[in-house]
Amino acid sequence: MPSPLYSIPGAPTAEAAAAPVADAPVARTVNEVLAESQAGLVMDELDAALVGLAPVKTRVREIAALLVIDKLRVNLGLRAETPSLHMSFTGNPGTGKTTVALRMAEILHRLGYVRKGHLVAVTRDDLVGQYIGHTAPKTREVLKKAMGGVLFIDEAYYLFRPENERDYGQEAIEILLQVMENQRDDLVVILAGYKDRMETFFQSNPGMRSRVAHHVDFPDYPADDLLLIAERMLERQDYHFGAGGREAFREYLARRIQQPQFANARSVRNALDRARLRQARRLFEERDRELSRDDLTTIDARDIRASRVFQSPTTPPAA
Amino acid sequence: MMTNPTGRLTQGQFSFLADLTDDEIALQVEYGLGRGFAWSVEYTDDPHPRNTYWEMFGMPMFDLKDAAGVLMELRQCRQAFPRHYIRLVAFDSTRGVESVAMSFIVNRPPVEPGFGLVRQEAEGRSIRYTITSYAAVHPEAERYPR
Repeated sequence: MPSPLYSIPGAPTAEAAAAPVADAPVARTVNEVLAESQAGLVMDELDAALVGLAPVKTRVREIAALLVIDKLRVNLGLRAETPSLHMSFTGNPGTGKTTVALRMAEILHRLGYVRKGHLVAVTRDDLVGQYIGHTAPKTREVLKKAMGGVLFIDEAYYLFRPENERDYGQEAIEILLQVMENQRDDLVVILAGYKDRMETFFQSNPGMRSRVAHHVDFPDYPADDLLLIAERMLERQDYHFGAGGREAFREYLARRIQQPQFANARSVRNALDRARLRQARRLFEERDRELSRDDLTTIDARDIRASRVFQSPTTPPAA
Repeated sequence: MMTNPTGRLTQGQFSFLADLTDDEIALQVEYGLGRGFAWSVEYTDDPHPRNTYWEMFGMPMFDLKDAAGVLMELRQCRQAFPRHYIRLVAFDSTRGVESVAMSFIVNRPPVEPGFGLVRQEAEGRSIRYTITSYAAVHPEAERYPR
């Protein structure tokens, strides 16, 4: 194939590598690179938007730092290979796995690691077919749509069902493994699920574990973080805690955490929705009163203390 | 014919240029995706300027955001039909119908025998002309042997 007469972005050409550009000033320090790229902005936004999640923020910071150092290396003429960015998010329900995956697509795009930055979120049913010959085209369709962005597979362990020999999940896994290895530059795959089941999944699929470079665990939120999350959720919906409301919610959290089936941020969101319902019912009773802005946006202590959680006898807090 | 000494099928865009490299194809696909076109892969082994309806290799790919997806499909088609003509077609749906906006050949058989002029004598001394491909003389599976 004859070499083209014009330059193509992304194709290595002998002339471009040989002749260094001497007129444009190249960045040599980290701050210079940060000034040109968006890496610093991305990190600040992430710190501001997400509460807690220290391991996640650390990992993203490392990836951003690698991007900056890679740019410095390229400016000096050294090689800089794109790192493998496939990730696995494990953690209890409501710890922010899906939220962070959504943001990860945007973050990686602004850091320059993925080309388009869109997210395709799938579960097992979108990848696995119902009959022989159905799985491969289905998985490839999903992969084609996700190219240039991030593929987020929720509850990834359902792909692997060893007890059912007529299950086609293994085929989907194999196609995924092949694409994850050969087209690392085109696609980032993020698997998510509960920790113990993901551990079993990786044990049965060592190929998958070796391709996933970043295993990030999402810890449970401490009560203070949950309170902060609650305040941010209220602020986003134009509400705020009234007198005693914050304290009441703190007590509510202390009791609710000890009860079974606590789903971290999701439980907080449900609790706030129920508090909004109670506030609405409370305001509904006063038919003729003109409701001011303050009335409509305040979540009172009574709205929170009416919860069933306060009616059950308290268990002594764990030491 | 001396008008086409290499015998290449000059159908679609870029057919008078040298074969496009994969990077160039990706550039064209990106341009099409940027304008909202849906790409489709088609193949045939029957070359003729009037052969516009080729076989489809899978459905047109809607909702794709990146050229890598289209190139994945193209690679599969090249693997399945290495000695056929393969082309990429872009469909534009802005006017309510899928109309072809771009179309270029991305794979050709190793040797293209070219076309010949066929003359048919009609009533009186008039002659009707048509073009026939030397490849189409052979049956379908034997047109481009190794």
